[in-house]
Amino acid sequence: MSVLIFLDQSEGHIKKNSFEAASYGAKVAELLNTTAEGIVFGKVNDDLAALGAYGLKKIHTITNEAVNELDSQVFANVLAQAVGTFAAKVIVFANNVDGKSIAPRLSVKLKAGLVSGAVALPDVSNGFVVKKNVFSGKAFANVAINTEIKIISLNPNSYKINKTEDTAEVAELNIQIPEAKVKVTAVNKVAGEIPLSEAEIVVSGGRGLKGPENWNLITDLAKALGAATACSRPVADADWRPHHEHVGQTGLAIAPNLYFAIGISGAIQHLAGVNRSKVIVVINKDPEAPFFKAADYGIVGDIFEVVPKITEAVKKLKGV
Amino acid sequence: MKILVCISKTPDTTAKITFTDNNTKFAEAGVQFIINPYDEWYALVRAIQIKEADAATQIHLINVGGADSEPIIRKALALGGDEAIRVNAISQDSFYIASQIAEVAKQNNYDLIFTGKETIDYNGSSIGGMLAELLELPYVSLATKFDVNGTTATINREIDGGEEVNEVQLPLVVSCQKGVAEQRIPNMKGIMGARTKPLKVVEPVAVDALTSVVSFELPPPKAGVKLIPADNPEELVRLLHEEAKVF
Repeated sequence: MSVLIFLDQSEGHIKKNSFEAASYGAKVAELLNTTAEGIVFGKVNDDLAALGAYGLKKIHTITNEAVNELDSQVFANVLAQAVGTFAAKVIVFANNVDGKSIAPRLSVKLKAGLVSGAVALPDVSNGFVVKKNVFSGKAFANVAINTEIKIISLNPNSYKINKTEDTAEVAELNIQIPEAKVKVTAVNKVAGEIPLSEAEIVVSGGRGLKGPENWNLITDLAKALGAATACSRPVADADWRPHHEHVGQTGLAIAPNLYFAIGISGAIQHLAGVNRSKVIVVINKDPEAPFFKAADYGIVGDIFEVVPKITEAVKKLKGV
Repeated sequence: MKILVCISKTPDTTAKITFTDNNTKFAEAGVQFIINPYDEWYALVRAIQIKEADAATQIHLINVGGADSEPIIRKALALGGDEAIRVNAISQDSFYIASQIAEVAKQNNYDLIFTGKETIDYNGSSIGGMLAELLELPYVSLATKFDVNGTTATINREIDGGEEVNEVQLPLVVSCQKGVAEQRIPNMKGIMGARTKPLKVVEPVAVDALTSVVSFELPPPKAGVKLIPADNPEELVRLLHEEAKVF
């Protein structure tokens, strides 16, 4: 038996969410007195042996080109074969775009209970109970997995990465790969941007910015902090910013270490997308803005005066 | 074309979340229920648009729930579904629900099955993928754009930091999110018409759930905001660096 971690890659590099999943999976293996192993699909340019630093003893690779691109049906099929080969008892995914696509299929294939959106290690003192995010960040549920094989999909930025100096053994796995039915015909990526789902710091703007021409206020601070940028729904709906930046109930739900809300009043639907952030800073001229109730730090003031000063102070602190 | 749209009943986005029975049940008293926004705004409206372009299209709605789901099913019919099926069962877990929907889907040969990307209560993002596996169909998750031409679907799917374009032959399962369509309000004609549209109730098949909720908990309350004077933003940066240690 073992714990198997699906290590998700993009353009030949293992994603940050997968390092979290690996650290988490290694800890689960420790709780169960077993070992953690990773599995990687497609061609990867990273040094996979170095993934031993996250507690993985072995990395299984399937470098076949047929699994360079995601078809959830193919991936679930191949993973199910791997789980059988290694007699894996727990499978861990990052609850990101690919994890959400594959984990539910694998759950059906293996009749293995799935907890998606896990935020903590399983409690194995009485059964196998995993805490997950529910009600869009407004609550948690403790969910028991009642099957022999268990699948956990870990929410991004919910588990701290532990690193050691260890290395892993890397071995190619020979598995039958069925033909893909989903064909990827184009990939459109914004180059050089930090994906919101992976960002540790997010600077977000709302209607208080008054127009897209003022967005340098947001991007300047984000640049100084090495942060990703986001926006509220009205801003995306008015096409001031692209839709993929919209965080909130109907946009992306994020949980960065630091969320800067600038000129956002904090409607409950917006909070649902950001309330799992570890530290929330609100800057708004309206002292009655509901966002202040959910904030850790706040400044009541004119964003056009305050934000550039914050940017300067950050730059000074970082010595740039 | 025959389209199945899966709709879930969820608390309104502004609902206060509390629990009863020793934190094992969501407290429903006084809570307004709605169609899960992803199911309604994106999955259902896109199905309606497809029907508007091709009148031969049939839209079926499916909900797994008790009789108290019927108001939201009627609303979905008012928006534009042709007929609805309610599987008379209380949700046990995602696998249980997906299995009930799969049972109905197997009898009807749908060309397309739409779900929302997740429900706003359980946040599982699982029904679409489970359903696809149960029906042995391709699955494209987190769609931001959906077009169909003959038997070929072209779908934009969210990936980290962008989108990719997928091409798939029908039949398939798609989970929908923002971008696929725009929210609509039902009109009077739709509301009147919905009253007489068929709403079939079927009993569930026996399925064992794979997981069970042991308890719910609320996040610890925030300590309260620390306000920093507007003329001293440098102090905020110092606190974030030295006290909160976030950079």
